[in-house]
Amino acid sequence: MESIKTMFKNNLRQYAMLIALVFIMALFQILTKGILLVPMNVTNLILQNAYVFILAIGMTLCILTGGNIDLSVGSVVAFIGALCGNFIITMHMNLSVSLVFALVIGLMIGAWQGFWIAYVRIPAFIVTLAGQLLFRGLTLFMLKGLTLGPFPDRFQLISSGFVPDILRAPKGSLNGTTMIAGVIFAAIYIISQIGRRSSHRRNGFDVTPFAAFIAQIALVAAAILVIAIWIARYKGLPIIFIIIGILILGYSFFTKRTVPGRYLYAMGGNEKAAQLSGINTNKVLFLAYVNMGVLAAVAGIAFTSRLNAASPQSGQNFELDAIAACFIGGASAYGGVGTIIGAIIGALVMGVLNNGMSILGMGSDVQQIVKGLVLLIAVAFDVISKKKAR
Amino acid sequence: MADIILEMRDITKTFPGVTALSHVNLAIKRGEIHALVGENGAGKSTLMNILSGVYPHGTYTGHIVFEGAECSFKEVKDSEKKGIGIIHQELALIPYLSIGENIFLRNERAKGGLIDWDKTYVDAGRFLDLVGLKENPHTPVKDIGVGKQQLVEIAKALSRNAKLLILDEPTASLNEDDSAHLLSLLLDLKAKGLTSILISHKLHEIAKVADSITIIRDGLTVETLEKGVDTMDEDRIIKGMVGRELVDRFPQRIPKIGEVAFEIVDWNVFSPINPERKVIKDVSIKVRKGEVVGLAGLMGAGRTELAMSIFGRSYGLHITGQALKNGASIALGTVQQAIEQGISYATEDRKTAGLNLIGDIKENITIAKLKKVSRYWVIDADKEIGVAEEYRGKLNIRSSSILQKAGNLSGGNQQKVVLSKWIFTEPDVLILDEPTRGIDVGAKFEIYTIINKLADEGKSVIFISSELPEILGISDRIYVMNDGRIVGEFPRGEATQEGIMKCIMQSITEGGNGKH
Repeated sequence: MESIKTMFKNNLRQYAMLIALVFIMALFQILTKGILLVPMNVTNLILQNAYVFILAIGMTLCILTGGNIDLSVGSVVAFIGALCGNFIITMHMNLSVSLVFALVIGLMIGAWQGFWIAYVRIPAFIVTLAGQLLFRGLTLFMLKGLTLGPFPDRFQLISSGFVPDILRAPKGSLNGTTMIAGVIFAAIYIISQIGRRSSHRRNGFDVTPFAAFIAQIALVAAAILVIAIWIARYKGLPIIFIIIGILILGYSFFTKRTVPGRYLYAMGGNEKAAQLSGINTNKVLFLAYVNMGVLAAVAGIAFTSRLNAASPQSGQNFELDAIAACFIGGASAYGGVGTIIGAIIGALVMGVLNNGMSILGMGSDVQQIVKGLVLLIAVAFDVISKKKAR
Repeated sequence: MADIILEMRDITKTFPGVTALSHVNLAIKRGEIHALVGENGAGKSTLMNILSGVYPHGTYTGHIVFEGAECSFKEVKDSEKKGIGIIHQELALIPYLSIGENIFLRNERAKGGLIDWDKTYVDAGRFLDLVGLKENPHTPVKDIGVGKQQLVEIAKALSRNAKLLILDEPTASLNEDDSAHLLSLLLDLKAKGLTSILISHKLHEIAKVADSITIIRDGLTVETLEKGVDTMDEDRIIKGMVGRELVDRFPQRIPKIGEVAFEIVDWNVFSPINPERKVIKDVSIKVRKGEVVGLAGLMGAGRTELAMSIFGRSYGLHITGQALKNGASIALGTVQQAIEQGISYATEDRKTAGLNLIGDIKENITIAKLKKVSRYWVIDADKEIGVAEEYRGKLNIRSSSILQKAGNLSGGNQQKVVLSKWIFTEPDVLILDEPTRGIDVGAKFEIYTIINKLADEGKSVIFISSELPEILGISDRIYVMNDGRIVGEFPRGEATQEGIMKCIMQSITEGGNGKH
């Protein structure tokens, strides 16, 4: 009895934000009279927020190391956009080569900031604030204050293209590729969950009762299929959706199951203890920022492709969206706590709020007020529930 | 009947799992210097923290009567108001504020919320004269030495009309001259009617200035010596501090000691804060296979600094000297290297440096050698769980599961997690720094048993502790350390508490300036 109660309590905390997300979606679904969840809008929601998902993944790693944030990512997005503009539009460079260059330069930006943060030990806040100014300035310099555009079609495909339907389903019916992907994905989920449960059993852990377990996997698998159907009902699987999906799965695996991932948590939990356990914490911190640089470049490419222009003003406040997503998703401001999935849920909460309020025709004034309060309430909820749990 | 300014009666204080003080009595006469002595962990600081209100009324039992009135202090401010001033071992001054600002901190010379700077510095000057400190009160505190900072603390207490001054190890970090000045200041202030309680390990100083001495051991008042009634020389005090014979608190072991396993030669380390200062001086020690070597000394003797400088240069600058394992020279440049060479170090402060308190037991146990449970950098979850369960069983870590957060465990069980973590790295040499600090007697016994088992397996253990009975009970050989040097070495049969204490005290007297 006691264990069921504590299990419920733990799960409640773990799933609180997921429940909040469902609640917010339901609320806007009603308020917008069903527009929020029409297939076209669901696809748009993902396309619109692609950059937040990508940045939030990188930001999670930085925050895990000890609550370190990166304020420069918005400017880096603009800077990478400007580079792409110069490479592709002005210099007519090969698309693939341009993208590789952009990613490498993102990596170098990460290494530059990581050096100051990890080895000179200047607070991340200050280094990346400087980076915010620096890269915004470089963007303006490079673009001379002008907007470059449009990009060739192939570049635009990154954020607005869809995977072709391999089943060649007739127009108006469900997109075949999406449905196949959805079924495969649901199957992978079910198999992995069964594997995990039996491993827990083997090791004598408490496992959820069989009925609850079946209900859980059925629910999640059904959710995956419903999402697949929804996406299939519009134009099918967006290319950017696949990129984000790979990033989410890859980084979740990285943080949860690999040695360097564990180092991130150990360092954020107690840096001194991590050092005395033989972990090179400077290197861990450095690499977290290198990674952030690369992901900022990915976000920069995705956003520029969506905008179909390299604008000196793009990317403003992106860093705040990403940071807010992480904290709404349960990351600790002191490090050592947080998950990739949490950050994605946080990003979705913000995305749905943005999208829903826009459909309702609310001004950006109201939108900002609401988002600010949601951030505060979400983190307060987390802090208070943790205090109670003690 | 003498005039009693303070009486603490029947004070009992328990922390979860430990009784720190048990029915302690203390009576201080007006205008005397009363010394409080006892080994580390005997309960001196706890008693003073109760008196000054750091532990508020209600968290302990017993009575405090100050100037004839029963007191129940809720916080430090309350005791200050009554005229009790405490000066802690770690000074509570703000380095970037001036001497004058520090003296009147929380007691500002102000009118209507605005600070009267002229009055601040004039008054500060007056109090500086009182303590015999010739410094400009505008000088930032960080620019004066520790000895002078100590005087500023006293001036600060006096500015609040302290009638009773408590000094916790005031001379621990002072050189000979500063110590002498401080002690003569205490005598001056005594002549002016101030009462003081002096906590110190430097027994020769106590013998010089104290009017009476109360000895505390294991949370109990042992006795109070009076000037003119009892003899008050160092030998007498040491006898009181050490007291009873060892009871059977330690598991038996028949040592099987082999070859020299690990050795350091001419080890020298400089302080990272003050690179001019040598912290470890020409230390050479060795430990054999299957041997438990104790490292005894008072707080600040340099034991932790020595251990950490060995363990991958985790402490100190300009480290010189040689480390030999099984006779061959080895490099210990980083923690990673030390672990790979089979050297492990369990830190004295498990909460701030030993454990990831928000991480679970499993993560804490495997973190120092994740390689053992992973392949191609991917952690094998099953294997890791198996390892954690194995150690939870072997070391008897009491917890709901291996997924319990380390921060939610009791001190003893936390320490077992720390030991598991280091045993998991398969060390040949295990340095344990105060492994039983703050844990209860039962858990201590379990830890001793683990140490014995490690020695039986042929591992070498270096055991650092401030509790002499423990060192004597567990070690095959004991090094005594003071002021960064090895000042004595005793084989098991020849070591006694008196012998070790005398060895330390002698080196303090010979070395003159104690800890510099």
